[in-house]
Amino acid sequence: MMSAENSNSSTAVSVQVRGLRRSFNGQEVLKGLDFDVQPGEIFVIMGPSGSGKSVLLKHLIGLEAPDAGEILIDGESILSPEVMAKHRMALVFQSGALLNSLTVGENVGLYLAEHQLLPPKEIARVVAEKLEVVGLKGTEDKMPNELSGGMKKRVAIARALVIEPQLILYDEPTSELDPLSAVVIGEEILKLKARVRVTTIVVSHDRDLAFGVADRIAVINDGRIVSIGTPDEIQRLNDPLVQKFLHADFKRPN
Amino acid sequence: MFENVGEMVLLFWRTLLALPVAWRHRQKVLDQLFEIGNASLLMVCILSFFIGGVIALQTGPVLVERGLTSAVGGLVGISIAKELAPVMMSILIAGRIGSAMAAEIGSMRVYQEIDALRTMNINPIHYLVLPRMIAIAVAVPLLVVFSILAGWLGGSVVAATNSRVDISFQAFFLNLRDIVGLQEVANGVFKSFCFGLVVGIVSCHQGLITIGGPRGIGRSVTKAVVNSIVLIVILDYVLTRLLLK
Repeated sequence: MMSAENSNSSTAVSVQVRGLRRSFNGQEVLKGLDFDVQPGEIFVIMGPSGSGKSVLLKHLIGLEAPDAGEILIDGESILSPEVMAKHRMALVFQSGALLNSLTVGENVGLYLAEHQLLPPKEIARVVAEKLEVVGLKGTEDKMPNELSGGMKKRVAIARALVIEPQLILYDEPTSELDPLSAVVIGEEILKLKARVRVTTIVVSHDRDLAFGVADRIAVINDGRIVSIGTPDEIQRLNDPLVQKFLHADFKRPN
Repeated sequence: MFENVGEMVLLFWRTLLALPVAWRHRQKVLDQLFEIGNASLLMVCILSFFIGGVIALQTGPVLVERGLTSAVGGLVGISIAKELAPVMMSILIAGRIGSAMAAEIGSMRVYQEIDALRTMNINPIHYLVLPRMIAIAVAVPLLVVFSILAGWLGGSVVAATNSRVDISFQAFFLNLRDIVGLQEVANGVFKSFCFGLVVGIVSCHQGLITIGGPRGIGRSVTKAVVNSIVLIVILDYVLTRLLLK
């Protein structure tokens, strides 16, 4: 999370996850996760559906508190109020999570308006600029229910870009998108990193996106990290589960 | 219901602590005020007019038969001002506005909009609860003033036009003025202010703790209305006892 009154620091942050455990109704979803994300790195977390990826992401931004273990942002716990005030962070939700009662423009400019960071005219300019970046120029006055799933996701990305975050988390950014839009989103993730040196964590099971943008990839299964490495290392990894996940293809029955 | 009272008190306390930032949310307060007033004013006036009429119709003939003609205006006036208007209108507001609040906030919770606010460091209490609480605390007493006036008007119309009562407007209101003072009206309005806060906090709380999909939202709406009504009736007794001279 970020604060309007936060520091002006624009440096990327590091993320350390230590022994993260979380259960829901007696069922352990995260079973002791440990990994580090370096400042400015694009770190992709891959894994099958139900492996705990989205729950992990919610912990990484402080929406959920773990049963055990901790998440450190530049060495400080994500749950401490100081961290919230010190760093700008954003999460792009899988569903977009746009406020349905607000227009697209109001959604994208919400952070700036609520924290009174810019005058309304300037907010409108920034909103138009960010919507153009995600290919949705001129949609400011539309309501979220007038948009397709993919468009909602791109509005959510524009909303995150407005924050100019030091840490940005994407939950399945290319799901529901056509291949061309998925490429645009992947390129935008890379451009954002080049522009503001943001630390990026992407949760996805889109293999093209993961291998296209990642500096490192973590494969997660059943609440545990199976492997962490560069895309090349993951490709070469001699692990049956990883290989099965990476090379799963539909085959027409004879 | 009662297991959540502690959480509701905490939410109310946090909302009070957020009051210093209320001015920043003035537009949302005005939007909510318009929503509450626009949705309820006509209904409040019609309901109150007929409630006043029914009270006059039920009590008028009985009092007139016993030679207590001069008590009709006062009885209708005091029962509406002190009891019927605040309680009935607060129950109406719980059904009309409380349910809408619980549904809207519950839907925002289920569809992760509240999580999205939190990731933007926007406090959901400041953004959602505070404007609704201020609006309902202002709107309900105002609506109750309209309700009292409409109820008195309804009572006087029935008293004047029903042959078994047959009390002129002037006599009705003269008698009403003798018995109902500003203190009585203030009591009713104060009670409605408290009931408005109850409806607001119960509904916002139910919305914020909504889980599940559409069924969860439906459950929250039902709970918000039922719990509000139960608490209004209990609080009505407590306040009436405390305000009794």
